[in-house]
Amino acid sequence: MRSHFLRRFRIAFSTVVYICFFLVFVDFRYIIPADYINLLTITQFVPSVIKFYNLEILLTATFVLVLLLTLVSGRTYCSFFCPLGIGQDLFSRIGGVLRKKFRRYGYKKPHIILRYSLLALTLVSTMIWGIYFLSILDPFSIYGRFMTFFIKPVVIELNNMLAGVLGKFDIYTLSNVPEKPFKLAAYSIPAAFFVLIGTLSLTKGRLYCNIVCPVGTLLGLVSKISIFRINFNESECTRCGRCALRCKSSCIDFLKYDVDVSRCVDCFNCINACQDKALSYGLVKFKKKEHKTDESRRKVVAGSLLLLLGLSQKSYGQDKPVPKPKKDSTVKETRNWPVCPPGSISLEHFSKNCTACSLCITACPNQVLQPAVKEYGFSGMMQPVMNYHKSFCTYNCTICNEVCPTGALSPLVLDAKKLTQLGKVNFIKDNCIVKTEKTACGACSESCPTKAVYMIPYEGNLLIPEVNTDICIGCGHCEYACPTVPYKAIFVDGNPVHLTAKKPVNKESGIKSPVEFPF
Amino acid sequence: MKRRDFFKTSVSAGMAAGAALSLGGYDKLWATVPPMAKYDMVAVMGGSPDAMFDIGIQELGGIGTFVKKGQKVLIKPNIGWDVLPELAANTNPLLVKRIIEHCFKAGAREVYVFDHTCDNWVNCYKSSGIEKAAKSAGAKVVPGNSESYYHEIQIPGGIKLQSAKVHQLLLETDVFINVPVLKNHESARMTACLKNSMGLVWDRGYWHSNDLNQCIADYALYEKKPALNVIDCYNVMVKNGPQGVSKEDVVMMKSQILTADWVAGDAAAAKMLNVPVEKIEYIPIAHKMGLGNMNLESLNIKRIKM
Repeated sequence: MRSHFLRRFRIAFSTVVYICFFLVFVDFRYIIPADYINLLTITQFVPSVIKFYNLEILLTATFVLVLLLTLVSGRTYCSFFCPLGIGQDLFSRIGGVLRKKFRRYGYKKPHIILRYSLLALTLVSTMIWGIYFLSILDPFSIYGRFMTFFIKPVVIELNNMLAGVLGKFDIYTLSNVPEKPFKLAAYSIPAAFFVLIGTLSLTKGRLYCNIVCPVGTLLGLVSKISIFRINFNESECTRCGRCALRCKSSCIDFLKYDVDVSRCVDCFNCINACQDKALSYGLVKFKKKEHKTDESRRKVVAGSLLLLLGLSQKSYGQDKPVPKPKKDSTVKETRNWPVCPPGSISLEHFSKNCTACSLCITACPNQVLQPAVKEYGFSGMMQPVMNYHKSFCTYNCTICNEVCPTGALSPLVLDAKKLTQLGKVNFIKDNCIVKTEKTACGACSESCPTKAVYMIPYEGNLLIPEVNTDICIGCGHCEYACPTVPYKAIFVDGNPVHLTAKKPVNKESGIKSPVEFPF
Repeated sequence: MKRRDFFKTSVSAGMAAGAALSLGGYDKLWATVPPMAKYDMVAVMGGSPDAMFDIGIQELGGIGTFVKKGQKVLIKPNIGWDVLPELAANTNPLLVKRIIEHCFKAGAREVYVFDHTCDNWVNCYKSSGIEKAAKSAGAKVVPGNSESYYHEIQIPGGIKLQSAKVHQLLLETDVFINVPVLKNHESARMTACLKNSMGLVWDRGYWHSNDLNQCIADYALYEKKPALNVIDCYNVMVKNGPQGVSKEDVVMMKSQILTADWVAGDAAAAKMLNVPVEKIEYIPIAHKMGLGNMNLESLNIKRIKM
């Protein structure tokens, strides 16, 4: 096939895929149903491998399809389905536009040793130490973190600006979305990767995919025996080199009539570039250049990256000044375990299987899920953790475990989730307003969906909280509502293994419907 | 006031009164001045929430007593919790809808509905049925989830609460109608009219940590008071409030209390819940501060059974 249609098809297809992923990650109004999100994320290689490893359900083994696709067609996955890959294509294009003429790539020698060592390192470390290294390099997770950490805040900021303007005209179809800022340290790895991948894709096309990305390297190995690939028709070729200049993977050595299939991502740009119709995509034919890219305009790149980082920080904003009670609370909360999201089963199961793609963080309507800094230890950095100082877990919601693409969060039906105990409530009486200020409060008890926190008589007419950990589900609403600073008077300590809470027992009150006015 | 001004005012007032008399009769004239209305309070029992409102408001002289043509109205129900209407943690959507319809009939330019919810606001608006009901009646349902919607106001004379940030709608509208649902409340003991004002402000944590009862009463000093309070006592959460655990917490009382005096409204509501009014500390405090009258015996109450 030598049709121009191939490249157009690739661009159209990948645009649709990219827009879908983009919308899923910036959907701050939570419109897209979990089923659609799953349909999209099921295409992703690493999450599918982990999910299959966990659940051993054949249906989740979509990575096999990806391998088969690669076997047949080469690394089309990288151009058609990988949002990080498509995003890089977009960046490359921008890079080209910045230079006011089309990008010139040219053939480069492969970084064989670096490439395969990184793949080996990923495989070995995942087998020995678990998922941590893989989660840093998994392209889907990297993409997810970019979107959640940097792009979504910008989108929300734009929404808030627009909502503000519309509000002036009495239109409230858009609403202001207050942001809960992540801890600054959580941005370190995503920011480093943003700079790395952003710079590489702006200046060198798919270099990241062909050195660092473990999925790219693995699929590259498989594609070495792929049935369809880019072929040279040597009799037609005039060695003009246009193909190599247009090759994002820098893998066409036209002097040797050779395409390095392990690096070729089947973008089909070369077919369109070739004026002699010497290049085609088709069944394998067994059967080769040199060019330097220009210096990049680093200032532009660095400047725009800084702007993006700055914007995202701006919209994530600062912690709001919380009105303070007169006295500071004195007793520190003693937390033994972090609280991991519903469906985690246990801290161990969760941390073993989460690639920190941030999809649950972006899907959580209450923004209680925050990327961890050191809550799970160094290896669990960026994995989502429940932060009850920022928000609480909505009783009637299971969205995080519905969308999890790796199975780190296993799906819970709502009734089961309502009885899943993520942690247990602890009451510190010495911090409580009722004791320290001798005034009524009860913010914790009123927030509690199961009445695991209830009020009992205290001095005079005052009521003070008491807790029943049997029916506590660890949603953290009490901790969030508690007004004391700096330490809360009530907090949830995580369960290292999630338990099942008892169902709250509730009896009829005995109060009858009135027949006469009591006044 | 100068003598000349006095005459001018009297003459124009007299003309207005005469005009009103010729147009709508004696009752209506007095009804336009709420403190002089026929009744201080109307209590209705035995009907559906909307039907009880129809009768109750008629006894108070119609919604036109409170809402004038071209005015903007804020209706503030309790939409605090992400639960279904039958659990009665939120104001009955039927009632909210009917009040909106009355407002539009009286010529209101715009009717707004919002609450600063405790649970996720999108879920609350949806689960409570209020968003749908209010929109179907033509009201604007406005978010209250972000601090950007709230503006600082001063409360001179407040003992614990001297300032607060209130929703812009409260400042921009002409009439404020308070539509709480009566509920048991485990910390404040009861929630109805006065307690419902916590959904108007942004920083509730401050109230909780600075003498909740005094803050609730202090807020009632703020000049923008409700023109009318409609207490929804159709389904009443009698325990485990304000959120409730299950339908066992709810007793069907099929009642409604309408009054311009929110302290009186709360005192009557306390009777409905069978809680001694002095136990609900913010009521006697507000009474002492002169914000209303909790002595129901001294009030002219119209009781209607349907």
